[in-house]
Amino acid sequence: MAGTSSRKSGSAGTPRPSSAETDLVKEAEATRASSGYHLIGKRTPLIDAALKVTGRAEYTDDIKRPGMLVGRLLKSVHPHARIRSIDVEEARRLPGVAAVLTGDRYPTPFGVLPMTHDETALAVGRVRFLGEHVAAVAAVDEETCERAFELIRVEYEPLPVYDDPKVSREPVPVKIHDRALRDTNLQKEVFQHFGDVPKALEGASQKVKLSGKYLGVTHGFTEPHCTIAEHTPDGRLTVWSATQVPHYLHRSLSEVLGMPMHRIRVVKPEVGGGFGGKSDPFPHEIACAALAIETGRPVKVLFDREDVFYLNHGRHPTQNDVTVGVDGDGKFLAMDIDALLDGGAWSSFGVVTTYYNGVLAMGPYRFDNFRYHGARAYTNHPPSGAMRAHGGTNMRYTVESVVDEIAARMGFDPIELRLQNFLPPNFKTINEFRITSNSVRQCILAARDRSGWEEKFRKLPYGRGIGVACGFYISGSNSPIHFTPVFPQCTVHLKADMDAGVTIHCGAADIGQGSKTVLAQVVAEVLGIRMDRCRVAPVDSDTAPVDLGSYSSRVTFMMGNAAKAAAENLKVPLLQAASELLEVPPDRLEASEERIHVKGRPSQGVPFHEALHKAMETKGALVASGAYSTKPLGGTFKGAKAGTAPAYSFSAYVAQVDVDLETGFVHVENVWAAFDCGRPLNPLAVEGQIEGSIHMGLGQLLSEGLSYRGARLMNPSLLDYKILTPMQMPKVECLLVGEDDPEGPFGAKEAGEGPLVAALPAVGNAIYDAIGVRLMDLPITPDKVLRALEEQRKKGGAVRPPAPTRPSERTPTHGGR
Amino acid sequence: MPKKVPVRLRVNGEEHELHLPPQRILLDVLREELNLTGTKRGCDLGTCGCCTVLVDGEPRLSCLMLAKLAEGHQLTTVEGISPAGALHPVQRAFIDLGATQCGFCTPGFIVTAVAFLRDHPGATRDEISRALSGNLCRCTGYVKILDAVEAAARTLAPAQER
Ligand code: FES
Ligand code: FES
Repeated sequence: MAGTSSRKSGSAGTPRPSSAETDLVKEAEATRASSGYHLIGKRTPLIDAALKVTGRAEYTDDIKRPGMLVGRLLKSVHPHARIRSIDVEEARRLPGVAAVLTGDRYPTPFGVLPMTHDETALAVGRVRFLGEHVAAVAAVDEETCERAFELIRVEYEPLPVYDDPKVSREPVPVKIHDRALRDTNLQKEVFQHFGDVPKALEGASQKVKLSGKYLGVTHGFTEPHCTIAEHTPDGRLTVWSATQVPHYLHRSLSEVLGMPMHRIRVVKPEVGGGFGGKSDPFPHEIACAALAIETGRPVKVLFDREDVFYLNHGRHPTQNDVTVGVDGDGKFLAMDIDALLDGGAWSSFGVVTTYYNGVLAMGPYRFDNFRYHGARAYTNHPPSGAMRAHGGTNMRYTVESVVDEIAARMGFDPIELRLQNFLPPNFKTINEFRITSNSVRQCILAARDRSGWEEKFRKLPYGRGIGVACGFYISGSNSPIHFTPVFPQCTVHLKADMDAGVTIHCGAADIGQGSKTVLAQVVAEVLGIRMDRCRVAPVDSDTAPVDLGSYSSRVTFMMGNAAKAAAENLKVPLLQAASELLEVPPDRLEASEERIHVKGRPSQGVPFHEALHKAMETKGALVASGAYSTKPLGGTFKGAKAGTAPAYSFSAYVAQVDVDLETGFVHVENVWAAFDCGRPLNPLAVEGQIEGSIHMGLGQLLSEGLSYRGARLMNPSLLDYKILTPMQMPKVECLLVGEDDPEGPFGAKEAGEGPLVAALPAVGNAIYDAIGVRLMDLPITPDKVLRALEEQRKKGGAVRPPAPTRPSERTPTHGGR
Repeated sequence: MPKKVPVRLRVNGEEHELHLPPQRILLDVLREELNLTGTKRGCDLGTCGCCTVLVDGEPRLSCLMLAKLAEGHQLTTVEGISPAGALHPVQRAFIDLGATQCGFCTPGFIVTAVAFLRDHPGATRDEISRALSGNLCRCTGYVKILDAVEAAARTLAPAQER
């Protein structure tokens, strides 16, 4: 099955391309195949899969250290309160208890963004959400920790509880954090205006405004948070943790514990999923280290599932209003956005989230006028943070619904309307994003052709429908979170030794997405060797060069480029050595088929290991390094760097649904997911990202949501927080139609987060096609569907939306740009 | 401290004589006493399927079972699904078809699928999907998991019919 990247799941038939026209997917595959890579672009099983299917892969909780204690954290029972006193003396005296710590021991504030440090390892003087940790206990076992908790006396003085960002936005009697803006509980506000939005809207012949309401959702990774720390007599601290960003944890440990970074070692074992939920440095990681220092013994802190829900850091509960004005021909003139985000108790990535909810809204469309007002409020909910397609999901649903609504009101086919308004490749947007490769046209045409759009749109029986939506996402944030000292975004070290294996060291965190496999693919491709010669060393800060982490969809792009550079550097002495053996100048040699040989003639050469051994005669093991740094991008206005990226992914999804008119249950039947990740380095893994993203997106759309009564989370369990089961998954067909990106490694771009954003609105728009109601309050649970149908009936009965009236020119598959 | 009781477990064909407080949960005993860490803890509440093991060949959630009550039964964990050095066709298909990403859910899926295919060789995709609906995966969207179990069903079916 190698070599095909259009795969359908499930056994039911899928419509064939609608006519004899060119199949864009096949065409893209043929172009890629012509470059002749031996590993890049091949469907490659993950290099750690055999360990995972046999239960041998080691996650943090699988690690045992001699004499290890159990660490547990006492949770606050108030959502907002002053801590008058904490008495831990009795707990300390309980046999079996090795240490009890409270917030005053390590009060230094920290946080993922250097400008918004507002978290502490344990609560200091105040709790700000139910479940915030007020004390840490290390004891011989869990039961002893629990009994110690009963002996800890915390005296709270309750404070006013803020559970509504609308209230937090106004002047408040008590600020949740001193750093909140003015006399409000706002954490961050963003104003941006390009062109002249009021004027453009005034001149528009059609204006559509929709408001979206989104419950918070959480990552739902299967592995609960877990950290082990050990402080050894040589004065060194080792921390194993389920983290996406070992480097941020490293920095925060050093800052809060007051220990120089070089004495701290951070190790990332296998991580059981992250999706953004393991990208902050967390208080429990620091508290665990503090307990290890205090006791001199290894300590493990493992969360239970309820703790995971309370720590949250998931997608922000959001309200947004999006207005788009168009001229009489359907050209987009202006976009106006207002968004209010519930940030919960801490800042986390909130500054970034607040920007992203605006700055990523225009792409993949061209606008010359854009205005955004975004605000993020502190409340006493568990903190919101970064979650897959961070800042790009809720806003995308509203934007794509607005576009669909414009098409319906003006009589356009929504695909034709989008085709008229796409950004071209190699273009600078009004907010100064540099767009390079962009295959969004190919995406929407491929999704149209594969889905049988023309036979279905507005033509299926009432209750069944088809919808389309597009997506746009950064392929790695151009500006790192930490500016000092200046260092590359990613560095890769290689060592080739006597055993003719290549060891790859890199700080990038594989959290299941398959980055270790990409590393091995890239290095082996460049060196012309089999992949099993490459060994990816575990992420360990003592040996792995710094990488800025697995977030913002940056790993394939940045790590891939660094790995490629490192392998090219390692190849230099190999070619030199082979040149001496063959008496042929190095520039006439190449590496392939496990040999260094005369270009195009594998028989005239030497095996890889012979060249390597020759090169080692004087130098010993060969080592090489490669790094990737982003170039400066973006404008000079305030916030101009937010959303800048060295490349962007694009997508167009078509979804087909069947709405049960009796029960209100939305059954998603098919998703045709056309995605532009440039050249997919490992199509098997890219498809996995797309399918997983669709699962996560449809969960948020149809059933997931953190529901609160006041500040109390009502569904902190996987029973009440409903993640889709296999039976609710649609058939998914992945259509990989991207062209090579000029700066991505081998032409690749991201595929980790972008694949999520179009899934929700494609289904939302399909529901509109099916039953003629636009549902803007997520999740779209059956009761909401039934209520909407009921209202529709009151207003005069079931109405399908009108069919397009504009003569559609039926953009040909090769529609020029 | 509740007093300890003798607990005799037969796991992956091996006998273990243990002394445990009677309330110890099977999942904890497998992971902590027997170092069989392939069985994962995702929730401790019977809601994720990560802790699935086979009890007399039937999938059971080990986080909901007292170790003492597993006495006298044959227990199989992911470590015992295939003989050393070999892979069960379900494991092979999971690797080749990309059915594992982070891998944390994978042991639970593997043991559930192995037991299901044993009793339902040649099962259809819909039947497989129903059989696996007690296991949660957040990474794959289940698509490739179903692909893999379907493919394994095809490899197993002819062999078992013969
Ligand atoms: S750990 Fe047993 S079902 Fe989740
Ligand atoms: S592979 Fe990560 S939860 Fe299934």
